[in-house]
Amino acid sequence: MEPLLSVAGLTKRYGGRLACDGIGFTLDPGEVLAVVGESGSGKSTLLSLIAGEVAADAGSVAYRMRDGATRDLDTLSLVERRALMRTDWGFVRQDATQGLRMAVSAGGNVGERLMGVGDRHYGRIRATALDWLARVEIAADRIDDPPTRFSGGMRQRLQIARNLVTAPRLVLMDEPTSGLDVSVQARLLDMIRGLVAELGLAVIIVTHDLAVARLLSHRVLVMRAGRVIETGLTDQVLDDPQAAYTQLLVSSVLAA
Amino acid sequence: MNPPNPAVARATVTVSAGAGYNFAYLDEGTKRMIRRAILKAIAIPGYQVPFAAREMPMPYGWGTGGVQVTAAILGAADVLKVIDQGADDTTNAVSIRRFFTATAGIATTTRTAEATVIQTRHRIPEAPLAEGQVLVYQVPIPEPLRFLEPRETETRQLHALAEYGLMHVKLYEDIARHGHIATTYAYPVEVAGRYVMDPSPTPKFDNPKMDDCPALQLFGAGREKRIYAIPPYTRVRSLDFEDHPFRVQRFDRPCALCGAEDVYLDEVVLDDAGGRMFVCSDTDHCETRLAEPRLAETRLGETRLADGHTGEAA
Amino acid sequence: MYVAVKGGEAAIDNAHRLLAEVRRGDPAVPELTVAQIREQMRLLVDRVMTEGSLYDPDLAALALKQARGDVVEAVFLVRAYRTTLPRFGATEPVDTGAMTLARRISATFKDLPGGQVLGPTFDYTHRLVDFGLADAGSPDPAAEAEPEADAAACPRVTDLLGQAGLLEPSPPDEGAPVGDLTREPVDYPADRAVRLQGLARGDEGFLLALGYSTQRGYGRTHPFVGEIRVGAVELAFTPEELGFPVSLGTVALTECQMINQFHGHGAVPPQFTRGYGLVFGQGERKAMAMALVDRSLRAAELGEPVAVPAQDQEFVLAHCDSLQATGFVEHMKLPHYVDFQAELELVRRLRAEHAARAAAPAPASDESPLREAAE
Repeated sequence: MEPLLSVAGLTKRYGGRLACDGIGFTLDPGEVLAVVGESGSGKSTLLSLIAGEVAADAGSVAYRMRDGATRDLDTLSLVERRALMRTDWGFVRQDATQGLRMAVSAGGNVGERLMGVGDRHYGRIRATALDWLARVEIAADRIDDPPTRFSGGMRQRLQIARNLVTAPRLVLMDEPTSGLDVSVQARLLDMIRGLVAELGLAVIIVTHDLAVARLLSHRVLVMRAGRVIETGLTDQVLDDPQAAYTQLLVSSVLAA
Repeated sequence: MNPPNPAVARATVTVSAGAGYNFAYLDEGTKRMIRRAILKAIAIPGYQVPFAAREMPMPYGWGTGGVQVTAAILGAADVLKVIDQGADDTTNAVSIRRFFTATAGIATTTRTAEATVIQTRHRIPEAPLAEGQVLVYQVPIPEPLRFLEPRETETRQLHALAEYGLMHVKLYEDIARHGHIATTYAYPVEVAGRYVMDPSPTPKFDNPKMDDCPALQLFGAGREKRIYAIPPYTRVRSLDFEDHPFRVQRFDRPCALCGAEDVYLDEVVLDDAGGRMFVCSDTDHCETRLAEPRLAETRLGETRLADGHTGEAA
Repeated sequence: MYVAVKGGEAAIDNAHRLLAEVRRGDPAVPELTVAQIREQMRLLVDRVMTEGSLYDPDLAALALKQARGDVVEAVFLVRAYRTTLPRFGATEPVDTGAMTLARRISATFKDLPGGQVLGPTFDYTHRLVDFGLADAGSPDPAAEAEPEADAAACPRVTDLLGQAGLLEPSPPDEGAPVGDLTREPVDYPADRAVRLQGLARGDEGFLLALGYSTQRGYGRTHPFVGEIRVGAVELAFTPEELGFPVSLGTVALTECQMINQFHGHGAVPPQFTRGYGLVFGQGERKAMAMALVDRSLRAAELGEPVAVPAQDQEFVLAHCDSLQATGFVEHMKLPHYVDFQAELELVRRLRAEHAARAAAPAPASDESPLREAAE
């Protein structure tokens, strides 16, 4: 079967610095790929390139659309691109204030994508929002509160609901749990794992935390200084790292 | 350059522009530019066409957009009506009517039925408009999304991509917060199934009159430099939800002067003990009814049929 | 019995006549002449010309008289007059390097060719009210200076720095048409020429505050005054029929060149960057504020993050025009009672619903005179 996403030769330069150097990989439906590395490895840039927020200097990203046709994302018009980001793709940001409308209620945040694709029944939109708030374990009586009154963990859960409401097939996540308390992180990761399995989502998750990679991903891409150092099945790479840098990363993880 | 003639300058204390100005004040080149913008606007109903608004002798915010549109389309045979808040005699309407009397010498009227061009601020006349009439609206903020997204670069994109989810989010928030959509004037509409438009600060009561109207509707925003249009017989739909449909205000008493029902009323404060009375906002409508009650009743009967336009029952 | 209010026309006429009377003031006091305003309120006249975008000191002075001294009203009169004037072309760019200097200072060098020429300035006065000015009198004649040999003796600071490559060069003139925001609406993002035009016409107070904000941390640009020049420049115009430039005369200008720090990166070596201000007559405060905001608006082009109002060209250009601002602010005086009526209806209804919810479980009958019904 054709992969859902194919990335080839993706390259980005900032001045003299090579942020991403010829990155390539494929992603199958329902597959979770973790991109791990330390700060400055280029992993967040890679996500921005895939999402089309930053223009690549070289390389291509191809995606199999809902109608089965595989399209090079460069060939999509702006309308198609934005429609894709609003329906078939999700992007959960590290900073929830960037991924939510902070002045809009939780219900409005979840309902926006539905209204963006033409839903015009207030009652149904609200019911769907309530359903999703329950799935991300946000109390129903918070539906009319703006996320300014939510904790960090709640904001991330709201962001997830906002992205998943249109049943996307691919979700990008940029360090979704960093900055949260450890117990909150654990709960959030567990929830993400459940939803991913239940909905058959393909996910690319960027993280510096190997434990997150191990918990959520099938495969892992280890990046350093813009390059892929090692790639493979998560358990294999983390249990038996081949590259010296990967060995260093794995051995540096503090025992819990 | 010669120093300006003090006599001419003194004359401009009042609205009269005196000799030396073109018909309807604007030079022909400017009128052509504005008419080109108007044609483009008619070709793309509800789309805001940028135009090079000129500095006018009245301040921005006081109708310069409407005045420029009217000046660009006026001909010597036109009959002009100018209203503000539905009345011909409010100060700004008086001022604008005088401007055109002085600079164009055209006939003016207070009778809606006799006018060929009607310039209006904040109301649509109660009497249904006819083919061949032009209604020119004065618009302060043409962008319906402006208060949700202050950046022009962003709202331009949203219109181009027909991304109006944000507008509906606002309506959703209103219902969640108040139980009702809280917009009572400048109520956003969808034109010809494509562009979302701000009808200018007319009360939502007037929105139905824009739908399938036989007259040409032109909108001028001078300070913001935009012109837009609704061609005759165009579908204009007020945004709403299926389960929270658009509703107009209804007054449950008639005009205290002429007895008209189903019209928009002004609330007049009579004393400081809470005494109030309600009278027609549309002064021509009121006076017409008072002068010829039988004729007005027929018209009112037609008005009752559907959303404020004559013809077969909807 | 209530009678609908009439008489708007008569009221307006009376208001205008009263205005004319109040403008004249006490008839026993001598009437102001245009020449008096032009000569003795010159800085005010300069400001009206700059924001009115029209160089005509007599017209600006007359406008001030008609406007009873209100700057924005006077600018309005000048701009409205300007709209009616035919355009017969554009002059050659003025050469401020060849300016006949009345004043020339630089903060970046202690001394420089041509020296620091203080000229007529308030800068070093002590702001003590001079009650002697209440009486008529003639000032002592000012000292005469040696006439300047030639303008080349006063090279521009920016040229001096530019020769050594220390200052970014001015963008080359490729002969492309220059935008004119009085002829076409501004299309964001606007290029620098259009932005500068908007700033030149912009309200001095607004730009002063924005410039001040950049100095206080809202988008710092490390400015230095490279040079301020005040004086007369020649206007040259090339009529189509002649094919060579002829002199139209001179205009008085104030030019401010700010030198700002730039953090060079990658292949680009560090260079100072520029901010530019230009106004009619003597208007240093405005020229300096304009230069600060000009540099600030170049943030995006220079790779700096755009984070504060002074860097946001949509915010600055949309709000710096005093006529647009005053028009919209003051238009609130116009009747808005139709829309207010709509709001009253909604608030009354919401209050009734609120009261009903508080009083009884079942909704009470509507007390307000207005109600909603499906159409």
